[in-house]
Amino acid sequence: MSERVLLGDEGLALGSVHAGLSAAYAYPGTPSTEILEFLLEYQEEHGRPHAAWCINEKTAYAQALGACFVGRRALVSMKHVGLNVAADPFMNSALVATHGGLVVAVADDPGMHSSQNEQDSRFYADFARVMCLEPGSQQECYDMTREAFDLSEKFGVPVMLRITTRLAHSRTVVKLRAPRAENEVRKAPQRASWILLPGNARRAWRSLLERQREMVAWSEAAEWNTLALAPDNHELGVITAGIARNYYQENLPELAHAPSHLHIGAYPLPVEKIRQLAAHVKRLLVLEDGYPFIERQLAGLLPQPVEVTGKLTGALPPDGELNPDLVRAALGLPTRAGVKLEGITLPNRPPQLCQGCPHGHAYKALKKALEPYDTNMVTSDIGCYTLGALPPYSAIESCVCMGASVGMAKGAAEAGFFPVTAVIGDSTFLHSGVAPLMDAVSANTNMTLLILDNQAIAMTGGQPPRMPSSRLHDVVLGIGVDPKHCHVVEAMPRQVDAIAELIGSEIRHEGLSVIIAVRECLETARRKRREAVVTA
Amino acid sequence: MKYDIILCGVGGQGVLSVAALIGRAAAAEGLQVKQSEVHGMSQRGGAVMAHLRFADHPVASDLIPQAGADLILSMEPMESLRYVGYLAAEAALVTATEPFKNIPDYPELDTVLAAIRRLPHSLLVDAAKLADEAGNPVAVNTVMVGAASRLLPFRADTLEKVVREMFSAKGVKVVEMNLKALELGRRAYAASSHTCTA
Repeated sequence: MSERVLLGDEGLALGSVHAGLSAAYAYPGTPSTEILEFLLEYQEEHGRPHAAWCINEKTAYAQALGACFVGRRALVSMKHVGLNVAADPFMNSALVATHGGLVVAVADDPGMHSSQNEQDSRFYADFARVMCLEPGSQQECYDMTREAFDLSEKFGVPVMLRITTRLAHSRTVVKLRAPRAENEVRKAPQRASWILLPGNARRAWRSLLERQREMVAWSEAAEWNTLALAPDNHELGVITAGIARNYYQENLPELAHAPSHLHIGAYPLPVEKIRQLAAHVKRLLVLEDGYPFIERQLAGLLPQPVEVTGKLTGALPPDGELNPDLVRAALGLPTRAGVKLEGITLPNRPPQLCQGCPHGHAYKALKKALEPYDTNMVTSDIGCYTLGALPPYSAIESCVCMGASVGMAKGAAEAGFFPVTAVIGDSTFLHSGVAPLMDAVSANTNMTLLILDNQAIAMTGGQPPRMPSSRLHDVVLGIGVDPKHCHVVEAMPRQVDAIAELIGSEIRHEGLSVIIAVRECLETARRKRREAVVTA
Repeated sequence: MKYDIILCGVGGQGVLSVAALIGRAAAAEGLQVKQSEVHGMSQRGGAVMAHLRFADHPVASDLIPQAGADLILSMEPMESLRYVGYLAAEAALVTATEPFKNIPDYPELDTVLAAIRRLPHSLLVDAAKLADEAGNPVAVNTVMVGAASRLLPFRADTLEKVVREMFSAKGVKVVEMNLKALELGRRAYAASSHTCTA
């Protein structure tokens, strides 16, 4: 058996390859990015499996669905908020009787290290009535992913793999097993199961609901759900899920009496195991990263008077990421104080645009153009340009979700506000900014859109966007933006005044204007230069 | 045996490459290693921290508990102070002295350095100067690993071996410069007037 040092993300990726993966699709998003990055590297070295970045999570999901329609094993990966974008195909794919295995890897971000919210993807798995595996270690990332494909084919449902930031970005040794071959190409035998016309869909929905019992039966027996009853301790039972088990184990040696312990790594919940544990103890403590997903379901499962504690009762904070210290306190162990810092207060050091970033020049120009107005509004989007919210720029006023800046600007303008400017990046524009721009074109909304085109998905590490800069202008014209009010400028420091003037005149134009400010991301440019030196 | 290190600095200073170097040395000594790192937004000039844990038994938590760290190894003085709550009572803090000022309210450097000196076991290393001396201004990180090396529970030659391996693709000259940086860091520790005993 060979070994490799892998991030959780990488363990999941290699687990897919060794499960006979044929195709993987994704849109980059922290903390899920390294899954596809690993597969792209693997593809470059070995020629297989097929791996590709996509325009957004929804298109990625449908592509994976197509691959499993013809019998192949497919992976689609995304961050938690990406699943919102892919929610439509995800929810419906639960009804289509997946043929080749389909695994949906979703990386949640409790603590919002790099995200707008904390949503917990286990709710989505439950919502769609599909199975979910939740690794608690890098080894389980590898092993569970392999099993997830088998389960998907066995039960005919997509299987979700839910990890969190901490596991995604923590590395250790992983033991590897012999790889399995890819499936042959073989189209799904019954096309009715793939056509969600109401008649078919009703049948498929009933079938999915009927399979719930089998799924629970599988979950009861799954090796990922382990129950250890402490014969002498009837006080406390601990339920852990995913990575929370690690924090529990960290503190376990200090507990005088080891509690009974149920670890949950597979959903739907193993109901009988939970009842067995509850019948054995007076109090249950639920340790899970993210929402109180298990804790909320316990009330409906337990006939006996057992006290349930966790995030809902305040034993653990309802927000943020779990850590060994929070778990320690919840277990009733005394807090340990570290070294105290005295006589100095430390200022925060927030993330910021790189020194000399082209977006900075665009923001300078924008602020200059807006000087004549007492009030103004600048909506923005997700990505590096969000960093323009912070000093010294303080140039933007919104960051809600991918593509929202364009639609929000349209709404504000139509509500009677002037002047309204929207800011979006090139990759974000293609991800979900194009569609609302079509709305703005059809209404000729009085707004100015600034596309900051740095030719990279820079925030997540500089992945190449699906379309080069040279074609962005064509896309904008192609959807009907007036060529007289669509401009391409270069985001250079010496151009700031000229760009400011252009933005100013387009703001004064009554109707829709688009300005594309182009200049490559400093980071990716630097990397290309370094690579050129190495190969030279 | 277990040894827990908080590695810190500012995004772009190479905190993760230091973690990789020490982590590889630990693995080479047959220890179990877990390393939790920061990706994404925080890496853009923000405060960056990595947890590196190794032990002769399986490591449970990916995160180090409060008051559990044996060492803080920092690439930047103010950042080294941000995490002192993780330090065990008699543990050590080793930091580069050169400040990274990308915020308007960076405190007086003297105040920062004084606070570091007040800690029970601290060592300030002029890593930028030593890296220059080693012939490679970007070898600051290797200097810092060298400075911490006497505190790390490794055989002296393990780190050297790992430095050779990690930089071998970049040519003999780069390897030599990094070995020198490692040695200069080690000497800086030996010459320090501050008691920094593990």
